[in-house]
Amino acid sequence: MAPVKGQPAWTRLVARWETLLVVALAGLVVLGTSLSPFFLTLGNFSNLIAALMEVAIMALAMTLIIVAGEIDLSVESMAGLASAILGFLWAAGVPLEAGIPIVLAVGALGGLMNGLLVARFGLPSLVVTLGTLALFRGLALIVLGPRGVSDFPPAFTQLGFGHVAGTLIPWPFVIFIGLALLLGIVLHRTWIGRHIYAIGKNTGAARFSGLRVTRIRVSLFVLSGLIAALAGIILTSRLSSARADAGAGMTLTVVTVVLLGGVNIFGGSGTIPGVVLAVLSVAVMQNALRLASVTVEVQSIALGLLLILSVVIPTFAHQAKSAVDRVRGGRPPPADSVPHGERALP
Amino acid sequence: MTAAVPVARPRGQWLSTLARQRELSLVAILILLGGLVTLTAPQFLTVANISQVAVLASVIAVAAVGEALVVITRNVDLSVEATIGLVAYGVARVLELHALDAAGAIVLGLGLGLVLGMINGLIVTLFRVPAIVATLGTLSIFRGVDYLIAGSHQVPLAGLPEGFTDAARDTFFGIPYFVLVAVVVVAIGSVILRSTRFGRQLYAVGSNPEAAAILGIPSRMVVFTAFSLCGLLAGAAGVLWVMEFGTINGTSATGVVLAVVAAVVVGGVNIFGGSGTLAGAALGALFLGFIANALILVGLSQFWLQAIYGVVILVAVTADAFILRRLKRANKRSGSR
Repeated sequence: MAPVKGQPAWTRLVARWETLLVVALAGLVVLGTSLSPFFLTLGNFSNLIAALMEVAIMALAMTLIIVAGEIDLSVESMAGLASAILGFLWAAGVPLEAGIPIVLAVGALGGLMNGLLVARFGLPSLVVTLGTLALFRGLALIVLGPRGVSDFPPAFTQLGFGHVAGTLIPWPFVIFIGLALLLGIVLHRTWIGRHIYAIGKNTGAARFSGLRVTRIRVSLFVLSGLIAALAGIILTSRLSSARADAGAGMTLTVVTVVLLGGVNIFGGSGTIPGVVLAVLSVAVMQNALRLASVTVEVQSIALGLLLILSVVIPTFAHQAKSAVDRVRGGRPPPADSVPHGERALP
Repeated sequence: MTAAVPVARPRGQWLSTLARQRELSLVAILILLGGLVTLTAPQFLTVANISQVAVLASVIAVAAVGEALVVITRNVDLSVEATIGLVAYGVARVLELHALDAAGAIVLGLGLGLVLGMINGLIVTLFRVPAIVATLGTLSIFRGVDYLIAGSHQVPLAGLPEGFTDAARDTFFGIPYFVLVAVVVVAIGSVILRSTRFGRQLYAVGSNPEAAAILGIPSRMVVFTAFSLCGLLAGAAGVLWVMEFGTINGTSATGVVLAVVAAVVVGGVNIFGGSGTLAGAALGALFLGFIANALILVGLSQFWLQAIYGVVILVAVTADAFILRRLKRANKRSGSR
């Protein structure tokens, strides 16, 4: 959007969404502190953040996918498949040094499958990844069955459970920040990122401009599969148990975090810093709800509402803004910045 | 030009027949598969087994008909399983508490389903949230409400009034009542789609929203109605669920959405909207039911089921896209001549 001349209003709107998130985050922290004096302690913060890291790193890859105008619903099942294969290999006597690369390769392969079906065959990503959502979970159940594998060595469980020596920073958080920096630079500072925005904004135009649309789309799905497998490994390590049902239901939280971070569900806009802020907000919110002894059931209702509101609020804010502009006799907003409320997903 | 059209497409012909007659090819595959399974497991072709499969498939078929209505408008409803679960628990609990009689509970279940569907429809049309986000959200919300009111309570079979679950087993001249319900739902729905203004508008909105808007079709009203009917039918499936399983708790019907979407996609309803039949969706449900049954009879574990649903969805959409592409190419070739 930046190149459109004379329209800083849109960039300001995006900036304001992130400002809004910071304000919401601050509000939640104040609320949490009033609920419990332990809220702001480092130990508590480190626990609350560690529990959300699998979702958080999957949200980073999902951000790129949604910016490119696609969606990947299969991530939670890929995390489960990764956990199941890791457990199966470990139980079969394969050392983790070999098991982890195999699992990551499976993740990349699964992502490649999604990517080829979407980008090569032109199938809608919603249905393809709904299919692989079932397929990957089914494979996980076939590989491991209903049993759990839990005799992992302490060095491995340290990855998900431990802290950086001498501090209270959990290792998964370090991985998350590292990935956020890497993907943030790729999305916001390289030609790859610009191509991703271009594809999400207008695929046809991107293709006619000579962008390698298919290759970028396939790579994004491979990345998503790879990161989902990594999340499955971290989850296995944090719970020190490999299970076929690991990660069930996480896709909802992942998509919620991404949309709350200001990423447009129709593609073409959104930022990694916004999503990082959304991760922190959801972590603080979940913790505040837990301290207020709100049950898990109500939390899932709150999450569903949050998901819907994170799409409703920007749409309405935009409509209200253009209404105000009209009253003031200002310029009408450019057609392509109007959220396409009734357009279906590609 | 007009004279050239009938002769020019020997190649596209069988493809278009195949594409148009998805119902026929499904039946053919079913018969072939049935033959193969019967060779290894003779009990597959018994009346008892087939009617058992058909009864369970009817529950999915009713929900799949609702889902098909939504998919035809180029939307999707992922919350159907939560609607089925919430309605099933609501109906079972009301019956257990003797708050309503059987007929009252069924009406309550249908009404609850309709309201949940209307909520989806409102979020999608009034608040302009894309269907995938809206129904992913309501999936979590409806299921959360279900957990919340159910807690750890489970309504046992004995909690239901005597004879309530008989409907799942009784037959009418040899045909199970559930199958009749599904057939009636498909018949009424098909007539509406084929012969009413609303039915034609549904296809119009799904195949070309812009053109539909130019024609003055109230597309938001049409989409809202589709979601409402989907909720109503999910509610009906919830009532059938109680009769079929008897024992209901807060997690009932978890994961069913995959079977419902798979049935719709396998049944030939185009995922890009604008085409597909309700009979196809119902046949898709029957197809999946027989696959599940065959798996167990052949001795594969239940765990394979989920993977097979996934494969079925992927194969069906890939085949659709392939056929569509070949058709377009064939049409283009004959058109340019």
